[in-house]
Amino acid sequence: MNARRSYFIITCIAFGFAFLYIPILSMVVFSFNASKLVTVWDTANSPTLKWYGALLHNDEILDAAWISLKVAVINATGSVILGTLAGFGLARFARFRGRFTLNAMTTAPLVMPEVITGLSLLLLFVALEQTIGWPAGRGITTMTIGHMTFSMAYVTVVVQSRLATFDTSLEEAAMDLGARPLKVFFVITLPIIFPAILSGWLLAFTLSWDDLVISSFTSGPGSSTLPMVVFSKVRLGVSPEINVLATLTIAVVSLMIVGVSLWMARAGRLEKVAA
Amino acid sequence: MKTAHPLQKIGITGRGLVVVLPYLWLLLFFVVPFVIVLKISFSDIDLAIPPYKPLIEWVGKNSLAIKVDFNNYAFLFTDSLYISALLNSIKVAFISTLFCLAIGYPMAYGIARAQPSTRNVLLLLVILPFWTSLLLRVYAWIGLLKANGVINNVLLSLGLIHEPLTMLYTPFAMYVGIVYSYLPFMILPLYANLEKMDWQLLEAAEDLGCRPWQAFYKITLPLSRNGMLAGSMLVFIPAVGEFVIPALLGGPNALMIGRVLWDEFFSNRAWPVASAVAILLLIILVPFMMWYQSVQARESAGAR
Repeated sequence: MNARRSYFIITCIAFGFAFLYIPILSMVVFSFNASKLVTVWDTANSPTLKWYGALLHNDEILDAAWISLKVAVINATGSVILGTLAGFGLARFARFRGRFTLNAMTTAPLVMPEVITGLSLLLLFVALEQTIGWPAGRGITTMTIGHMTFSMAYVTVVVQSRLATFDTSLEEAAMDLGARPLKVFFVITLPIIFPAILSGWLLAFTLSWDDLVISSFTSGPGSSTLPMVVFSKVRLGVSPEINVLATLTIAVVSLMIVGVSLWMARAGRLEKVAA
Repeated sequence: MKTAHPLQKIGITGRGLVVVLPYLWLLLFFVVPFVIVLKISFSDIDLAIPPYKPLIEWVGKNSLAIKVDFNNYAFLFTDSLYISALLNSIKVAFISTLFCLAIGYPMAYGIARAQPSTRNVLLLLVILPFWTSLLLRVYAWIGLLKANGVINNVLLSLGLIHEPLTMLYTPFAMYVGIVYSYLPFMILPLYANLEKMDWQLLEAAEDLGCRPWQAFYKITLPLSRNGMLAGSMLVFIPAVGEFVIPALLGGPNALMIGRVLWDEFFSNRAWPVASAVAILLLIILVPFMMWYQSVQARESAGAR
């Protein structure tokens, strides 16, 4: 668009992306290094898949990954339900009692330092246990509740911003033809905002899968998540298996993001063709 | 609505049913917990499970005693550890925000002005690290910065240095970690703002004889104010309470308030002190959160 594009901007972009990607690439490269020293390349025996094999036999990491997976799936599903309701309410109902509070309560978790959210949730669970006996102890349930509380705020933002750019004439047409609001939502609104809901689900899954601080506060004995195990290992220094874990994470995330964006680009084109 | 549904007569509306569930959830699991933190910040520490004394207690048969203990707060102000950790956290978060802005602005600007096809790829590249575990990305810096790490190895083999630089477990490492982790949070709102910019304004200014940097300074910069503010808040507020990055990269003397809170809670089991730290931190951050919310409201109002 701009023939005399500034070299300054191009240099900044190049340096910015180098800054963002060199650490990630270094983990990928060193996951194939045979040396236990991780960052000192062992030319004689590398590249090797030996740490990949070691990771697959590390029960501590596999158990923790299983717990993380359970929490992340329940969290993502619950957050999508709550977040879609909140996002729909905020985007469509211009005025209702509690709108201001709901808006504040869905914005604050996005920026609230995690140590505060984690501490406050734990103290709530302890107080609830003392007064009504639930939740008995802490573990997967309490962690999932904690994760849902901040994940749903992200889903709300995603759904709300999708609905803000949504052409309401389709909904109005359906209403004029006699469809009840609930039916309009499920037949018209939901299919159209489905990509936003899907990205909300994936976002909520990732937030939960990666969370360390809130999990540490709200977990109980025997329910260490993957980030908790990784954190305790990383505090002792670098470990080749963590590089493998990082590489696998990056591979899955890249595939997923590229897949979803291709799918959405296609859906977007179809939407345009239909309109 | 022509006729009121029987449910509406008793105050139950479809709208109410939509928002009641998320509303109650956030009230119970986000707002009420802060009330409990406030309560516990006024309790005495106790060697029990849970490690604090009740605020309200039956004394004897018919009297209820309320004991509000300000000691935890007094303690925060007498032991210089807490105040200096708090001031240091604000300083670190502020400087990191400036660096994110300086690195993120040209990137967001460049992405917003790129061809649509390049733009989507670049955006994807900004979002991708955001989806990869923060913990793992911070961990990557340990491998880069340590004494026999990648950066030192490269500099040594190039002959630029003769002995490894000490970078890991220094304030430098902590700043790098924070700027690195929060950069996407700066770029995305800035991009969203710049993308809506009417670039013809710049062309008009240049046609009228404005130099490009002058046009940038007089038009683009003021118009992207809300984007800069939103991005800065998204970096500054969580960075003040950051725990993972100082814990992994900052070394033992990296005094950050999030870390102090964590240690009070997990190592010292001083729940009332940890609660008082949380309340103090909240008092400082809530005005910024309200500012952020009003910036967001202005942004979405401007979009319509």
